[in-house]
Amino acid sequence: MEVRVQNIRKEFSRFPALNDVSLDIRSGELIALLGPSGSGKTTLLRLIAGLESPTEGTVYFGNEDASRKTVQQRNIGFVFQHYALFRHMTVLDNVSFGLTIRPAGRRPSKDEIRKRALELLDLVQLSGLEKRYPAQLSGGQRQRVALARAMAVEPNVLLLDEPFGALDAQVRKELRRWLREIHDRTGHTTVFVTHDQDEALELADRVVVMSKGKIEQIGTPDEIYDTPNSPFVFGFIGESNILRVRVENGQLWIKEHSIGVSALGEADGPAQLYFRPHDIELLDGNGGCIAGLVAMTRRVAGTRHVELDIGAANSKVEIELPPEKVTSDHSRIAFRPTRWKLFRD
Amino acid sequence: MAHDATTTGTGNTELVRVATSESRFARYGLIGIALCFVALFLVLPLAAVFTEAMRNGPGEFFTVLSDPETFAAIELTLLVAVIAVPLNLVFGVAAAWAIAKFEFKGKAFLTTLIDLPFSVSPVISGLVFVLLFGSHSLLGPWLQSHGIQILFAVPGIVLATVFVTFPFVARELIPLMQEQGTSDEEAALSLGASGWQTFWYVTLPNIKWGLLYGVLLCNARAMGEFGAVSVVSGHIRGLTNTMPLQVEILYNEYNFVAAFAVATLLALLALLTLVLKSLLEMKYSAQIAASRRH
Ligand SMILES: Nc1ncnc2c1ncn2[C@@H]1O[C@H](COP(=O)(O)OP(=O)(O)OP(=O)(O)O)[C@@H](O)[C@H]1O
Ligand SMILES: [Mg+2]
Repeated sequence: MEVRVQNIRKEFSRFPALNDVSLDIRSGELIALLGPSGSGKTTLLRLIAGLESPTEGTVYFGNEDASRKTVQQRNIGFVFQHYALFRHMTVLDNVSFGLTIRPAGRRPSKDEIRKRALELLDLVQLSGLEKRYPAQLSGGQRQRVALARAMAVEPNVLLLDEPFGALDAQVRKELRRWLREIHDRTGHTTVFVTHDQDEALELADRVVVMSKGKIEQIGTPDEIYDTPNSPFVFGFIGESNILRVRVENGQLWIKEHSIGVSALGEADGPAQLYFRPHDIELLDGNGGCIAGLVAMTRRVAGTRHVELDIGAANSKVEIELPPEKVTSDHSRIAFRPTRWKLFRD
Repeated sequence: MAHDATTTGTGNTELVRVATSESRFARYGLIGIALCFVALFLVLPLAAVFTEAMRNGPGEFFTVLSDPETFAAIELTLLVAVIAVPLNLVFGVAAAWAIAKFEFKGKAFLTTLIDLPFSVSPVISGLVFVLLFGSHSLLGPWLQSHGIQILFAVPGIVLATVFVTFPFVARELIPLMQEQGTSDEEAALSLGASGWQTFWYVTLPNIKWGLLYGVLLCNARAMGEFGAVSVVSGHIRGLTNTMPLQVEILYNEYNFVAAFAVATLLALLALLTLVLKSLLEMKYSAQIAASRRH
């Protein structure tokens, strides 16, 4: 189901955890809320769920104003960060819970409920564990029970709060791929919270980057990565370098050196140049480049990371080079960013 | 000399001894002191109560218990417990629920208030009710004109008992519920459960061992309370005497066998409570620990 969040403000005893947040979630979409700790991701998720009520603003489910609906009436599936499985119930009872507590009129028969729960356990690859108790499961297994339990009620929207937060890196990666598969198979509109950018970029159809209670940018993983629209997003997503530069006559300058990057149409004045370590080309010349001395090199998987001391700008940058390019410390390297962005302060 | 012999004898173990372990001498010494203490202050009095009660044989024991006044005291004690314990079960769960799961103004104050019955002398607790319902109090004349008897009657005894035993259930549950947090409840609500269903299927199972434990302690105190009940009861024989009060009366009349017979029943109740408590702890400690851990 389509979910629209409109001009939401949420205060906790005067402290604004969310400030004028608007977000349209399309039906069947897998959306990631990404941001540093305390940016309001969980709060936004809980507001959609109805576990919190907004100080101002409205949440729409389809065309209906959901603000006046209780959590129960919204029919959502919520997966909590620490799973919140019912520890005194078996895995099967946990998954069946949402159906068994329905009033007699809307409740499927016992056999039906059991069948559906078993199907879901099969979907999350937990067949055969239905008689276990949560305490007898691994973290990854609990996570999947929590997901099956949330999906059992055929929710309008599936909300997951850091679904993989408590798991180790290997399991995270597996579950990530698997969640995408499940989503593609079931087609639930899904919102998940994460502070892991790889997770968000790899998994989501669209990523919502949040900071300090505001949405910084909404876009596909490509848009977010390639055209970040604020210094925050640029710095938060992926690796980035920042250099103080000056715009003059459509050219970028560091002190009195032109760096060979033309910025036509940019107004003159000081600015911050942002570029990614791998978006550079090496040059031989002396003019029209950024030059620095190698301070340190590191081999990271398939690339060589080189830290350069840029004397002119009095700062350090990191660039990525092919591994066959061997550099010695204090040798001089000249380069030019091929893809970059200017932000004014 | 003997000490020297042991150290040489256990020379090898001395070398690997953990820093925190004591010498054998100190260990047995401490255990011995503890055992003596328990024997002197716990076992001996209990044994004395039983032997005193059985002094003239079991026949006499049962005869004195079936004395109408004593029997009435037993009945009254049971009645008071049957009313007070369920009331405090409900109050305790409600108070713990409110304190552990909700944020509101005056929460710290309420938490302190719950401890009040523990921190004031039971006699004062009783006096509070005398001040409240006595003939010179604010409510007294009104109650009298409507023919409602609270002091020196069963309602007063029940009220005093409820007051004194209030903290047991609540105090057992508050830390437990606080540790468990609200996410289980939120999960149930998000799955469509009503408030009542959430309580019944999720909250209650999570707290049941703690609750049982609290009820057990609450019951023991409800049956054994002396001070507060003594102040409000009026000591009317066969009417407003509970078992502890009856023990005192019998004792003051030098009716030792009867006094100790009733005391035996109270002591048995205490033992039964202890046994149940240990059973509970033994059987469910793993689960209690698990439910605290999450
Ligand atoms: N119940 C609450 N009472 C008071 N302040 C709150 C409450 N819940 C959240 N906050 C505050 O609101 C802000 C946003 O919190 P939120 O939990 O949404 O952050 P988050 O983005 O989920 O962070 P994390 O990644 O650490 O989970 C934080 O500053 C937090 O302290
Ligand atoms: Mg959070």
